[in-house]
Amino acid sequence: MSLLEISNLSVVFGGLKALCDFDLTLEQGELVGLIGPNGAGKTTTFNIVTGVYRPTAGDVRLDGRSIVGFKPHQINHRGIARTFQNIRLFAGMSVLDNVLVGFNQSLRHGFAGTVFRTPRHQHEDQRNQDRAVELLSTLGLDDRAMEIAHNLPYGDQRRLEIARALATNPKVLLLDEPAAGMNPQEKIELSGLIEMIRQRFGVGIWLIEHDMKLVMSICQRLTVLDHGQVIAVGTPEQVRADPRVCEAYLGEPT
Amino acid sequence: MDQLIQQLINGLSVGATYALIALGYTMVYGILRLINFAHGEVYMVGAVSSYYLAEWTMGWTGSLWVALPIVVVGSMLVCSILGFLIEFLAYRPLRDRPRLVVLISAIGVSLLLQNLAQFPELFGPTPRRFPALIQSTPVFYNAAHTIVLTNLDVLSLGLTLGLMVIMTWVVLGTKTGLALRAVSFRFDTSMLMGINTGRIISFTFMFGSALAAVAGTIDAIRYDVRPLMGLLPGLKAFVAAVLGGIGSIPGAVVGGLFMGLSETLVKGYLPSAYTGYADAVAFVLLIVILLVRPTGLFGRVAPEKV
Amino acid sequence: MSVNALTFRRLPQLPVWVINLALTAILAGLWPLGRVLEHQLNPYFLQILILVGINIMLAVSLNLVNGITGQFSLGHAGFMAVGAYAAGVLLRHYQPQGWEIPLVMLGVLCLGGVLAALAGLVVGIPTLRLQGDYLAIATLGFGEIINVVIINTESVGSFYVGGSAGLHGIPIHANFFWTFGAALICIVCVWRLAYSNKGKAFAAIREDEIAAGAMGVNTTYYKVAAFAIGAFFAGVAGGVSATWFGNLDPESFRFMRSIEIVAMVVLGGSGSITGAILAAVVLTWLPEQLRAVQEWRLVIYALVLILMMIFRPAGLLGNRELWPIPGRRRPGPSPTADPDSRQRMMA
Repeated sequence: MSLLEISNLSVVFGGLKALCDFDLTLEQGELVGLIGPNGAGKTTTFNIVTGVYRPTAGDVRLDGRSIVGFKPHQINHRGIARTFQNIRLFAGMSVLDNVLVGFNQSLRHGFAGTVFRTPRHQHEDQRNQDRAVELLSTLGLDDRAMEIAHNLPYGDQRRLEIARALATNPKVLLLDEPAAGMNPQEKIELSGLIEMIRQRFGVGIWLIEHDMKLVMSICQRLTVLDHGQVIAVGTPEQVRADPRVCEAYLGEPT
Repeated sequence: MDQLIQQLINGLSVGATYALIALGYTMVYGILRLINFAHGEVYMVGAVSSYYLAEWTMGWTGSLWVALPIVVVGSMLVCSILGFLIEFLAYRPLRDRPRLVVLISAIGVSLLLQNLAQFPELFGPTPRRFPALIQSTPVFYNAAHTIVLTNLDVLSLGLTLGLMVIMTWVVLGTKTGLALRAVSFRFDTSMLMGINTGRIISFTFMFGSALAAVAGTIDAIRYDVRPLMGLLPGLKAFVAAVLGGIGSIPGAVVGGLFMGLSETLVKGYLPSAYTGYADAVAFVLLIVILLVRPTGLFGRVAPEKV
Repeated sequence: MSVNALTFRRLPQLPVWVINLALTAILAGLWPLGRVLEHQLNPYFLQILILVGINIMLAVSLNLVNGITGQFSLGHAGFMAVGAYAAGVLLRHYQPQGWEIPLVMLGVLCLGGVLAALAGLVVGIPTLRLQGDYLAIATLGFGEIINVVIINTESVGSFYVGGSAGLHGIPIHANFFWTFGAALICIVCVWRLAYSNKGKAFAAIREDEIAAGAMGVNTTYYKVAAFAIGAFFAGVAGGVSATWFGNLDPESFRFMRSIEIVAMVVLGGSGSITGAILAAVVLTWLPEQLRAVQEWRLVIYALVLILMMIFRPAGLLGNRELWPIPGRRRPGPSPTADPDSRQRMMA
């Protein structure tokens, strides 16, 4: 039994087959990539897995249990966290508060506990605050803990999204174009960061990325999507050699 | 049977004014995605200005055929100017702000107009009857007088129909209409295509306000003139616009007529102990539509991109 | 872990039990303070003071819904009406005497709040699926429905409600203590909810509902909770006003009243609790002071709304408070806030 198992996943939007018979398995500590030209259905796949859309057919299993039809927060509780392609931070809140929202689900006290400031509330608030600071320093954002998320530089915003996702204590982390908009130096740092997260947090990482150098260097396996269809699966070397992949990216050879 | 026919006539007649107001909501929403909360007050100003115009024309002419066009066109002009000013002063400075900011400003404009009208110097808080220029009189009726069509019903339906034809021509047949459709389809792109969006928006507000002025005139004659008269018809017309699918012009007309019909039928057929609840019909309807089919009858769906 | 990261939460903070004790003492102290004020102040000034207290409760509770959770509601006066009528009808029916009065007051205020909260659940569960301006209109519709129901209800069983004529002859038992005691509890509740780890979820929903859901926040639950808690305190405020004025006019709980409360939240700065309090004081006290322009009161509200939106949409305080919050050191303006002030800051 794999950590994440996706089988025959399909979705149709008003007659358009946005995704067709998608399969994937992801093990703990694995780093798998999802690539393909723009509009291939990569983010759609993430959206289905995280419960934003409902699939037309197929199944998504986490630890052997189906999560299809669950709401996004329920799927997150079961252990899938994500980042967004177009950054969706809580822009007006501080960096620390962004991470604290991720810890929100771990709270065991109710509204009454919050209002009366019960010992349990104090303990949990303090613990989460410490954990949030620790997480931020792991990702090198602790200097910016009190800044408003919106005011962070672009690369930091992407890292904060990862920090926030890790705060929810996931088993599987979905990264949607984490390197988009980064300069080459930042991209090198990012690949180190992803590697560190994989080892330190023991999560399975599933990654959408357009930067081929990054993808080829860090992913263990790749899936290539085009027009909602899987056109290639395999190690980076196998995928690179696949003529259909070249065709999808560069057009048919003439 | 006769009673049903009479209720249908009343319903359509009331619904026609809702449709006229709803058109203004829908056109503005189609372009700016803004609920022009002050639209009900534009309708009220239409009623007030037609009241004063009627008083003035009665001073020098007794002919209805001279006076009525002056009253109708005059109040349309007043409201177009008002609509232009509202947009220019209260909404235009907020063009790139979040939608709620503009909505709050719109609520402010609505409150401002309502309370300005309550100043005795301008109109005063007490309801006034429309001058005796024109009164509701039956024009068509059957032998038993069980089915009556009044001159107001004819005026209401006739004007609505006429304005609908003009509006369809403007939107589908003129260059301005083409620009209007383009702006409502893609605001930013149409700006890049060289459309003067500011002028189109002003035009939309003026056009919608003129339609509301006609509705205000009809209701001023039919009922009376009050500073707060715009609140309920404004909300009901908004419901009509949502029902038809906000942003859709035929939707607003169908929605308006449907609102009028359902309201008169509820009033006519519910036991008298419950007729007080007739005003709640619109809101119950609104909430049901929003929950079941928020896009209305003719609306487009635009899901949020994740 | 760097030192830098830890310094921020070392703001001086009293132990919680000290704060709780102090709050209880203040609450108890309101009783003698009220007795003194009621004898010393002239009735007119006392009246304004009570109105300020009621409006603080309304503004702070609406701030939880509109400002902090970002769900724009235009139906707050409807919930106030539920609480006011519940308290008024019960008190008028039972006419408590002597020592029963404080107990019955506590009972009817709480019951009014609970009924309003239930109304909040009934309204919130279906409508909170809607967003932005649609939610505003739907809540407005519900407020009007509540009003239509009250106007058309002469009596419920043996309880006289009054219908469109209004409810008169409610025994007057509210005073300074009840008003400001309830206001204090309301402020403390909303404050502690907003500035705790659990309450971060409310603000997260305001900032980005989809991201909040993806981070494991049950957005429906939190939105409905905010709505019900806000409605509860609106109901308590209604109960206080019913038992202070002694009569209820259904017309006074319509849409215009909701707008007045919205104006307070907007003026103070959406999301700022001290801002809402400040605005409630200013917008209640100022028009009373300008007696000569009494009829301009609503015109002033209207102009406040329009001019604030144009020149300072973030309100007086933005989403800041009057003093720094632990773990929330001087946040800058949020991106939804006034862009001009951001430019000024960067310049």
